[in-house]
Amino acid sequence: MFVALMVAGGLALSFGLILGYASVRFRVEGNPVVDQLDELLPQTQCGKCTYPGCRPYAEAIVNEDAPINLCSPGGESTMLNIAQLLDREPLPMDEVVQEEKHRLAVINEDLCIGCTLCIQACPVDAILGASKLMHTVIAQECTGCELCLPPCPVDCIDMVEVPMTPSSWSWPSPEQSPNLINGTSVEESTTS
Amino acid sequence: MSHHLPPLWKFHGGVHLEKCANLTHTQIVPAALPEKLTVPLSQHLGEPATPIVQVGDKVLKGQVIAQCLECSEDTVTARIHAPTSGVITGIAALPVPHPSALSAPCIIIEPDGKEQWITLNPVKTCVNLTSEELRRTIAQSGIVGLGGAGFPSHLKINPGDIQTLILNGAECEPYITCDDCLMRERAEQVVIGTRILAHALGGVKRCIIAIEDNKPEAIAAIKAVLDSDDGKYQISTEQLDVISVPARYPMGGERQLIRVLTGHALPRSNLPRDFGIVVHNVGTAAAIYQAVKIGKPLISRVVTITGDGVNTRQNMEVLLGTPMSDLLAQCDVKTDVSGLIMGGPMMGLALPSASLPIIKTTNCLIASAQTAIDTVTPAMPCIRCGACEQVCPAELLPQQLYWYAKANDFDKVQRYNLFECIECGCCAYVCPSQIPLVQYYRYAKAAVRTRDAEKLQAERARERFEFRSFRLEREKAERKARHQQKRNALKKPVAGAKNVVTDKQAAIAAAQARVKAKKAAKPDKTDD
Repeated sequence: MFVALMVAGGLALSFGLILGYASVRFRVEGNPVVDQLDELLPQTQCGKCTYPGCRPYAEAIVNEDAPINLCSPGGESTMLNIAQLLDREPLPMDEVVQEEKHRLAVINEDLCIGCTLCIQACPVDAILGASKLMHTVIAQECTGCELCLPPCPVDCIDMVEVPMTPSSWSWPSPEQSPNLINGTSVEESTTS
Repeated sequence: MSHHLPPLWKFHGGVHLEKCANLTHTQIVPAALPEKLTVPLSQHLGEPATPIVQVGDKVLKGQVIAQCLECSEDTVTARIHAPTSGVITGIAALPVPHPSALSAPCIIIEPDGKEQWITLNPVKTCVNLTSEELRRTIAQSGIVGLGGAGFPSHLKINPGDIQTLILNGAECEPYITCDDCLMRERAEQVVIGTRILAHALGGVKRCIIAIEDNKPEAIAAIKAVLDSDDGKYQISTEQLDVISVPARYPMGGERQLIRVLTGHALPRSNLPRDFGIVVHNVGTAAAIYQAVKIGKPLISRVVTITGDGVNTRQNMEVLLGTPMSDLLAQCDVKTDVSGLIMGGPMMGLALPSASLPIIKTTNCLIASAQTAIDTVTPAMPCIRCGACEQVCPAELLPQQLYWYAKANDFDKVQRYNLFECIECGCCAYVCPSQIPLVQYYRYAKAAVRTRDAEKLQAERARERFEFRSFRLEREKAERKARHQQKRNALKKPVAGAKNVVTDKQAAIAAAQARVKAKKAAKPDKTDD
């Protein structure tokens, strides 16, 4: 009896030590779920979800139980991915977001007065300029979040659609497009 | 040439295609000079060229009109030359032969009819040239792979690590005969071009000109040149063989040809170069001959004009930028032509109009009459017969790829090695349900590429956002530290007032002493 107690107690103690050591040694920094969520979000940092960026929104979903249908640039596919990751019920998107074409902010250089307000508003530091000098948008870095539009006192920033060129064009799905090779549309039969 | 040749290997799958639409003319006919040439700035893979001429400029035949500015020697790009002498009448976005049917920048030249060449600098003896010089000559001549992909040729000249040079004369698609005709008529150019390539590559042990066995005339022509020249054009010590390969589609695929000739099955992650092999098209070899031995840049190419929509089916030597409609008119086009395909029937591209220009990669134009198009039936459901797997030369599972591409499951298509697909169209050719399989694969490839690009962009945006947040924090902390310092500076006098006062008094005293010393020194100087 005593031996059995000693053995059980010894085992409990040794496992406890191992677990205690492991929790220090293999400690996970931060919340991995937030990282995974952040991975799913489009990183436009636009704040349309009412949180000041994609990571804050991910944190809010995890910690404050924020609704998962707030990301309008990500659209329905992002919402479904989040729902799948967190095993939550998918929610309908608030506004119907069409597959929007990628748009970039362009500063009208004749109107810009060099006030630096847009530079401060840009969440990804994609606007270059200095006080009383003309500003310009670094096109490769612009996420099209539109956060620079409201602060501009002279309304010199426009969102411009990126024109399609043969090099940026990609093959459409044969499901939804006319068959280019045959010149007829592909009619998939409806049998399952 | 009586040495023993190693046996050939086989590649998986492939289909046997009948040679279609025999030519009415077997000789290469020069095309007439058109009224207007539209030269696109991107006729090759990689960076488009930038115009270096202006509207109104007079140009000579062979003059460089566009090149990539600020590009290094290893940038994937090619120069564009004026196909004839004349005046630049415009630089504008015009429709180009591309699946998107979109417009791209082109230079428009109005020929003056004089065909006035630039001064040509032919090289008499290539032996004296280093491979670096040859590489530069080929780059300056704007030569790209003429087999169809349009990869700049000079980038495939990497001396040192190549032992086997393969000249691709397989030309496996039906209807296309431009390489066949070229080898028959200009065998010497092909052979000398091959020798030049071998010399430029340096250390090549073996050159192979691979020709499909359904082109006996071409094989005979090349062999005749090799027998008669007796090594006259030989530059280095390589051994040059003509090998007849079985006519099986897609024998002309780079990897398939390498497999058959050497037995190496190249995965997509490897370039032929990793195995000491490089493959060039025979047309490219002839173009290299023109560039080095005559000094002419790539301004024209041989194009097959065929199909049941034209009465005269022939190969023509065409200036780049010539409108396709001009060529069709010269080939006695029928009135009821309904479709035009650039390339072969298997991998070709259906064109929306005949007004598009010929570019460096246009090897064939197939004009089809009304009847041929009407017989196309809509796709039926997949019956899982597995015929596609039997013929896939890349040893993939086309049926699985089809299901996953259809379901937009892009992780799965990658796991099933979609990117090994060479889009040869064998699977769609044998599909009893006539499913446009290749289009699904093209769509899936494009979708994966777009997704990866977006991911990369998002990653950058995240990094920049995080750095900005970090920067704002840092600035805030710095400001706080500065305020703290100032506050401390204000506080100090109260704590150590005496000390400060004495410090100040000492400073004042020192300054007074300095002034006194100066005053004392000055009169002395003026007195002197």
